Amino acid sequence: MSWRAWLTDEAPGSAWQARCGSWYRAAHRAARSPMTVFGLAAVLAMVLVALAAPLLAGADPNAQDVLVRLQPPSAAHWLGTDQLGRDLWARLVFGTRPTLAIVLLVAWLSAPLGLAVGICAGYFGGWVNLVFMRVTDVFMALPRLVLALMFVAVMGPGILNAVIAITVTAWPPYARLARTETLAIRDSDFLHAARIAGIPTWRILAGQVLPLCLPSTIIRVTLDMAGVILTAAGLGFLGLGAQPPLAEWGAMVAAGRLYIFDQWWVAAAPGAAILLGSLAFNLLGDGLRDVLDPRHA
Amino acid sequence: MARWRLARSLLRGAFRTSLALALTLAGLLLATFAIQRASPIDPVLRVVGDHASAETYRAAAVELGMDRPLPVQFGRYLGRVARGDLGVSTSTGRPVLEDLHQYFPATLELATVAILLGVAFGVPLGMWAAHRHNQRVDQVVRVLSLVGYSVPIFWMGLMGLLLFYAKLKWVGGPGRIDDVWKYSLQSSTNLLLLDTLLDRNWEAMRNVVSHLVLPALLLAYFSMAYIARMTRAFALEELGKEYVLFARVKGASETRVLWRHVLPNIAAPLVTVISLSYATLLEGAVLTESVFSWPGIGLYVTNALFTADLAAVLGGTLLIGVCFVGLNVVSDQFGQWLDPRAR
Repeated sequence: MSWRAWLTDEAPGSAWQARCGSWYRAAHRAARSPMTVFGLAAVLAMVLVALAAPLLAGADPNAQDVLVRLQPPSAAHWLGTDQLGRDLWARLVFGTRPTLAIVLLVAWLSAPLGLAVGICAGYFGGWVNLVFMRVTDVFMALPRLVLALMFVAVMGPGILNAVIAITVTAWPPYARLARTETLAIRDSDFLHAARIAGIPTWRILAGQVLPLCLPSTIIRVTLDMAGVILTAAGLGFLGLGAQPPLAEWGAMVAAGRLYIFDQWWVAAAPGAAILLGSLAFNLLGDGLRDVLDPRHA
Repeated sequence: MARWRLARSLLRGAFRTSLALALTLAGLLLATFAIQRASPIDPVLRVVGDHASAETYRAAAVELGMDRPLPVQFGRYLGRVARGDLGVSTSTGRPVLEDLHQYFPATLELATVAILLGVAFGVPLGMWAAHRHNQRVDQVVRVLSLVGYSVPIFWMGLMGLLLFYAKLKWVGGPGRIDDVWKYSLQSSTNLLLLDTLLDRNWEAMRNVVSHLVLPALLLAYFSMAYIARMTRAFALEELGKEYVLFARVKGASETRVLWRHVLPNIAAPLVTVISLSYATLLEGAVLTESVFSWPGIGLYVTNALFTADLAAVLGGTLLIGVCFVGLNVVSDQFGQWLDPRAR
């Protein structure tokens, strides 16, 4: 039996084979959409660039040389140089690091928080549901960027504070989603069986309910990461995110702003990078939704 | 009897809405208060200066109510806000409320023009895309919205200025109006577009429009991307339903099906989407206004941020937050009025 026949077998012999088969079919569906493939490739490329930044950059992103400041793109400096003579290509390559760091940290902080709140609210119901969902609604109704702005302004600029500020406003949608998913399975037989078998509540929540809430949350997180990139870049642009001399795309656009009319490439390149990064997550999220959740295709 | 029941259900709805509104506002105020208290900026030092003796410091702290328990301080804060006392801005030296009154109309004008354009283009585009599902128009709309979701607004503003202002000279530059007009123009509402229109001051109006057009179109693009995408999704769902089939069987034209049958049925969620988009525009103004030197609330807040002018930052945040929350409530009510099923 060829591996493809094994994967597409209509009557899989084991749970393992069934799971591989469903993954294979999902990948097959995803591969049919060029946009999804592009999104996935771009996200992977970003991760690779961030990992291999010192190899790809070809120059120190922080090495200043004021004699060659604001140079147009050339063979020596592929994308030109900025106001301090730093190589823009090198800074662009190293700029993937803070961007991905923020995205990962926000995802790792906000998704578990939202899942915990939502699952508890959905599973326990009653006043837990009432209190948790009221709090969620309040956070959901707050203006996101402005709140992050205020938080960072008061706590001091920097990547970590930016991450906390974005997380504070990012978790409520996950809580709502997880609550809906939990409500749908709350009274199903397998959960009753688990309760009768005496499995402790926290293990039911973590082992039975959580895995069923994950797919929808993952889609939502992926789509949201595009927005997180934009918010983080916006904070950087206003000077409230990553601090100099760290190469961060939003801050690089802000620096290039002073020279926009004469040396436009200084601001153009990092902005295009933000666009690509955000677009990649949007395309991937869109594709994932089509694959994992055909109802909304 | 039926009328009584309807009145009661409406009353209950109003009660629930105002309760939710009060809770959200309280949450917003609590957030601003907490951030104020957690801030490393010492409000007492602000008053007495660096070299004050410990006694002066203590006296000033008592004067400011800083010695009271936190809940009492929060209560006093609520009272001050309710009276419209948002403190005095240290950077402009004026009451924050007065500042907001001056800066907010600029933001309002920009966001309103943008949302009107966004709806005018977004809804028909979305309908068209749904009508031509999976054809070329649909793909174009999809790409347009995806780019709209993904592009950093401040960067696009800069590129727009570079192209249309510096290179092509089609539009006016940053700011709301040329300096020539700045001091001669009598403006009562600070909505320059409205004021120049009412005064029939066409030359000034042309100048205002030339400054407004680029940031407004830019913001309109972002709201259009969102509105078109959502309209398409809503319309697609409706187009599969039986009443659409019935209308088609009866011989209704496709235009009639879309605008007379589908649109009323998607109106309620669409209103929510539009109001959300409007709220985001008011908020997103922070970045746009920074790029275009637009003297609105966003610029006011960002400038205040860098001078550690906490009263101004909190006042501006509060105003944007209140707009945000208020728009949510209004759109909920309006949606219910439009669509009896949502009641």
